[in-house]
Amino acid sequence: MAAISDVNPFVNAPAGDSAFARITDNVSRIAEVERPPRAWYIAFACALAILSIFLGSIGWVVWNGIGVWGTTMPAAWAFPIVNFVFWIGIGHAGTLISAILFLFRQTWRTAINRFAEAMTIFAVMCAGVFPGIHIGRPWLPYYMLPIPNQMDMWPQFRSPLEWDIFAVSTYATISIVFWYMGMIPDFATFRDRATTFWRRLCYGVVAMGWRGSSRQWHRYERAYLILAALATPLVLSVHSVVSFDFATSQLPGWHTTIFPPYFVAGAIFGGFGMVVMLAVPARQFFGLKRIIQIKHLEVMNKVLIATSLLVGYSYMMEFFVAWYSGNKYEAFTFVNRAFGQYAWSYWTMIACNVLFPQLHWFKAVRTNPVATLIIGMFINVGMWFERFVIICTSLTRDFLPSSWGYFIPTKIDFMTLGGSFGLFFTLFLLFCRYLPMVAMAEVKAFHPSAHAHEPDHHVEHAGQAPVGI
Amino acid sequence: MSDSHEPQASDSGPPPLHGLLAEYRTPAELLRASKKVRDAGFSRWDTFSPFPVHGIDKAMGIKMTILPWIVLGAGLTGLATAILLQWWTNAYDYPWLVSGKPLWSIPANVPIMFELTVLFGGVTTFIAMLVLNNLPFPSHPLDHVRRFARATDDRFFLLIEAADPKFDETDTRALIDATHPIAVEGVPEDRKTSDKLPTGIIYSLVIVTVMSAVPFALAAKARYTKSRSTRVHIIQDMDSQPKYKAQRENPVFSDGRSTRLPDPETVAVGELREDDHFWRGQDHGAWVRTFPPTFRVDEAAMLRGQQRFGIYCTPCHGFGGEGNGMVAKRADELAQGTWTPPSNLTDERIRNMPVGEIFNTITNGVRNMPAYGPQIPASDRWAIILYLRALERGHAGKIADLEPAERTGL
Ligand code: HEC
Repeated sequence: MAAISDVNPFVNAPAGDSAFARITDNVSRIAEVERPPRAWYIAFACALAILSIFLGSIGWVVWNGIGVWGTTMPAAWAFPIVNFVFWIGIGHAGTLISAILFLFRQTWRTAINRFAEAMTIFAVMCAGVFPGIHIGRPWLPYYMLPIPNQMDMWPQFRSPLEWDIFAVSTYATISIVFWYMGMIPDFATFRDRATTFWRRLCYGVVAMGWRGSSRQWHRYERAYLILAALATPLVLSVHSVVSFDFATSQLPGWHTTIFPPYFVAGAIFGGFGMVVMLAVPARQFFGLKRIIQIKHLEVMNKVLIATSLLVGYSYMMEFFVAWYSGNKYEAFTFVNRAFGQYAWSYWTMIACNVLFPQLHWFKAVRTNPVATLIIGMFINVGMWFERFVIICTSLTRDFLPSSWGYFIPTKIDFMTLGGSFGLFFTLFLLFCRYLPMVAMAEVKAFHPSAHAHEPDHHVEHAGQAPVGI
Repeated sequence: MSDSHEPQASDSGPPPLHGLLAEYRTPAELLRASKKVRDAGFSRWDTFSPFPVHGIDKAMGIKMTILPWIVLGAGLTGLATAILLQWWTNAYDYPWLVSGKPLWSIPANVPIMFELTVLFGGVTTFIAMLVLNNLPFPSHPLDHVRRFARATDDRFFLLIEAADPKFDETDTRALIDATHPIAVEGVPEDRKTSDKLPTGIIYSLVIVTVMSAVPFALAAKARYTKSRSTRVHIIQDMDSQPKYKAQRENPVFSDGRSTRLPDPETVAVGELREDDHFWRGQDHGAWVRTFPPTFRVDEAAMLRGQQRFGIYCTPCHGFGGEGNGMVAKRADELAQGTWTPPSNLTDERIRNMPVGEIFNTITNGVRNMPAYGPQIPASDRWAIILYLRALERGHAGKIADLEPAERTGL
């Protein structure tokens, strides 16, 4: 085995005599280099170690039953559902960036959409694990699907939990289709640059014989537009449906009409937090600074301020409604949330989600990659706690004081939570290594020289050109 | 990739021309060239670029694709599927009443209608895009043109096929030359790549197809044959547990019972209940006529009795104890003919019944009246009897029982 290179192979300027060629090289070489930078190996080893903890803890849970978690009455949802909502929320940024920003013609999205989409898919995969093991008998999840069976029974379609199955699986499917379709032209680029038989074969198979014909591009662009139009309401619907799991129940603290928009705003917030958290090291280690520029980080940080304010507004509104409704259970729940036994988690959430992101009002902060990274981490912590607060404070203080309790997580709880990051990062690192991390075709299409044919338009487009190669 | 078939007469010699390929450096040049070729009236030609070139559709005269209509159809199919699925499963095939919700109401079914519309539409978009674009398209004569590899990188190409009726090698080449390409090249037909799948792949596909039918065949066999062997549990479920259940045979004990009886003469903690008067309403085998000495007869006990009587006895015996509670009234209404009415507790007979016997009636039930001992603590049973006595007294009251002052008010 050849020695792992100590120097980052991606620091050099990309090769090529035109802007298009440089974009191609800048992105393709990441997947083509024989030995990725040492940092990749270290990261991958850590991710695998954490993944093995994840698999081990899941094995333990399946073998012994879910009693090895702290999940028990009255907190019957606890960590697994907190983690589920956390991951599914993160999964929202990818499709938001690729679909909604596409419809709004936000050209800057091309720099980050591909790996945001990848992040979406991996996050949805992590999310999917949790309900699967939380049902206690993970070999029976097909009960939730409308499959003809020997009991002659059907799922209950008026239940939000059933809506959830459809929403999450539709979301996963459409995200994968969207992601894969976006990658076809880039796979073709990889195939045409391949120097070995196996690379040519593998990328050739997934590129499906794409040759960049304009007649094909015509249908491809239509298809992309339609998918974006379909995925846009889908993004908004998924977390709304997840919020129905809570909002349609009678529990004080869950039973509120603000939940769907509040959950969607939170999901976008958390998702963007994760995107910046991944973007900063990715552009650093893979030499993508020319494509993912500071100005892209800045735009995302602005999105973070906006969504942070939305989330903060929702927190306030919950309190206002609790007071304004005159409902004493509702009022108690919210006073309990802020000052009760879980006050520590509530104030962690407020600090991470509402206070820290305000630092982005300062240009020096939002254009600083390190600060971006740190605030992104805080946001992720805060969004995890948001779900924890919603689930645990409400469940442990419901109507009957006789059934009140306090949820205490076990070691296994922490192992499954932490371990899910292992799954996420393993997949993400493999993605960085083998798949096109940036949508090359899209970046090229928005490069100023792609518009040189209409000189009057040139200036206008150059102003918002996403990439300065 | 090997070509197994014998070279035929037409295969020998230099391969025929597939078309002419021109290369351009910028999208603008490609656009200009495309307009020329379009205006020259060609039909079998195409351009290739690493990204969709803005305006190429018009320059080439590409007609709008029917893709959106296909997606519309698929979306509506998804919607209809969701409606039918939910209605048929929950309202028709297995009517499922959940907390009094209507079996079929649109609002609760909207989320899944929406999801399936998007799912069908989205997946169809992708598949229709592939099908309309003739993808996957494994091999093409252009794959053997070296310079064409840059079509997915940074160059722009134009190909006019020799199969086009207007194609003429010299004229077409002149037309292309006039568009100032970097290079023009004749693309030969591909003779090297076979049109056929490699035999290995065909055989493995056949084998996989046949093998995949095996599980279904086994399932079908199991459906239509009988078996004496027990069901195979791949994963042991809760219905099979390694334990002896109550009321089942048990070889471990000589009497063969799983449920163990307490040893004779044993008494559970706090269950001694020696005081016959209080616990059984008896004194040396005879029904007592007095309240037990440990039971304090006072107003609090009376009120407690009234309240408990209201809870436990009124449904059948009625608030006045006359045997006309809600249950009795309903039974009369149904007139099924099998009903034993609850006794009128203000009756002479009950009025003279020893309290001990009434206590026993409440505790163990009588004939058609169920036992309430397990539900009502003993002291409450005495309180109920105290209140019952007051009720009876009220019913049997005479004018002489009232104070003179009260009599005048009547
Ligand atoms: C479920 C209906 C029901 C309830 C509740 C009920 N009873 Fe009765 N009770 C009956 C019926 C029916 C009879 C007549 C039984 C028979 O003659 O077969 C009866 C008979 C009696 C008798 C007469 C027993 C006898 O020996 O003739 C007494 C005393 C009595 N009930 C007391 C009570 C008291 C006190 C309560 C409240 C703790 C009570 N019952 C609650 C249905 C009820």
